[in-house]
Amino acid sequence: MSAVLLEDRLGTTWKKPPLISNPTLRWGLFIAAAVYLVLATASIDVNWSRVAEGLSRGWAFIASFFNPDFVSRGTDIRDGILESVIITVASTVVGILISIPIGLGAARNIAPLPVYLICRGIVALSRALNEIIVAILLVAIFGFGPLAGFLTLSFATIGFLAKLLAEDIEEMDKVQAEAIRATGSTWMQWINYGVQPQVMPRLIGLSMYRLDINFRESAVLGLVGAGGIGATLNTAFDRYEFDTAAAILLIIIVTVMVLEYLSGIIRAKVQ
Amino acid sequence: MLELKNLSKTYRTGDKALQNVTLTVPKGQVMALIGPSGAGKSTLIRCINRLVEPTSGSVILDGTDVTALGSGALRKMRRKMGMIFQQYALVERLTVMENVLSGRLGYVGFWRSYFRKYPQADVDEAFRLLDRVGLLAMADKRADELSGGQRQRVGIARALIQNPRLLLVDEPTASLDPKTSRQIMRLICELCAERDLAAVINIHDVALAQMFVERIVGLKAGELAFDGKPVEMTEDVLTNIYGEEDWHATIREVDDEDAEAEEPVA
Repeated sequence: MSAVLLEDRLGTTWKKPPLISNPTLRWGLFIAAAVYLVLATASIDVNWSRVAEGLSRGWAFIASFFNPDFVSRGTDIRDGILESVIITVASTVVGILISIPIGLGAARNIAPLPVYLICRGIVALSRALNEIIVAILLVAIFGFGPLAGFLTLSFATIGFLAKLLAEDIEEMDKVQAEAIRATGSTWMQWINYGVQPQVMPRLIGLSMYRLDINFRESAVLGLVGAGGIGATLNTAFDRYEFDTAAAILLIIIVTVMVLEYLSGIIRAKVQ
Repeated sequence: MLELKNLSKTYRTGDKALQNVTLTVPKGQVMALIGPSGAGKSTLIRCINRLVEPTSGSVILDGTDVTALGSGALRKMRRKMGMIFQQYALVERLTVMENVLSGRLGYVGFWRSYFRKYPQADVDEAFRLLDRVGLLAMADKRADELSGGQRQRVGIARALIQNPRLLLVDEPTASLDPKTSRQIMRLICELCAERDLAAVINIHDVALAQMFVERIVGLKAGELAFDGKPVEMTEDVLTNIYGEEDWHATIREVDDEDAEAEEPVA
């Protein structure tokens, strides 16, 4: 080891060391990325005559947004929205209730290893299966209707909330929790006093966020038969009633925006 | 009252944080534990209430071997050991009162604590302690609204409401300004005297320790390196514990002018 001499360094330029220090690996990755990009672009196959045909249909769809029809299928829309709201609220509440114990179990710093592995397994399973796929399966089991939608969204909520709650618990301030343990508290008291106050704002914020995701998802799940406003939307598309479809989409957009706004206010309040 | 016998702790990383520490703290004695960072001071304190599990050796409090207890009995034993932390370790989003009352968690059942329905005697005691540390008016403030010195006072009240026999104090003044540090040390020592409590205080500030405590124990690389009265703390001893430095300014002169100058306590 030779000591670094100041005289040698003075006057020399200084550059930030590259992220990947091995030059072969660095340039190799650059070239691989470039080759991939070229090949991927070349593989896109556009049927321009089909696009030309479809453009007018797309335009009709967009044009109907300026002329949405809330009235002629008014009852269907109202029932659909009501069903979606019920699915959303019920699945969010049930999902939160189930995800809290699973989230506690999935936090490595408070759960013993076997519990941790089981809870992480549940989270992984819930996150691995896309909502649509779960919905198709549950529609096959329970038949068309809101029950399948409710179960799908509850299941999806568990994976989402339990994972993020567990991560928040893992990042909590250890000393605050340690202080509560030092008083001779039981495990439940320790969670209630040492852990819960630290993660509560995040939990409320995430729950609000999930409520708004669930509403949006309930619209999509209807397309595979899981009830809600999506079913009404699907019917409208099938009948080429773009003006009704536009009305439904506008309602969904406005509702999601309102929910987003509300959840923002609530999150700011609970900090 | 507190007896440590051949206490050792080796962390999973292989760090020997404590090696064969044997120590007795009699009833009512306030003892300061000094030593460089990493000497095992925090580990020693946490081994006493088993927030850290000792690898070998025993901790005996009032004739009971703490290291042999099962989890239920350990919880009961922890009630006898109040702990005060370096970064106050208040639960930031709870109120001052909740933080103080959390010291009673070992005595009340889950639902009582969950609904914050503590026995009136506990609530009264909490008010009395808050008044004693001068924070009665702050009872309903959230802990994160308080200043460092105020937070540490809440931490002290939380430890005392446990009605402990022993106080474990981990760097109580490390995050405080010099004046507040002295006030906090004085408060801790006064309260120990009032209630005849023994205390083990980890502290970096040697001069501050000399000012307030009756016994100093030095720890160096996990082993006892000094055990004696504050006046026996010489420059040689400090050099042995911390390494070579000019210690002259660190050791308190016998007639420290501060001693009289800052009598009144806030």
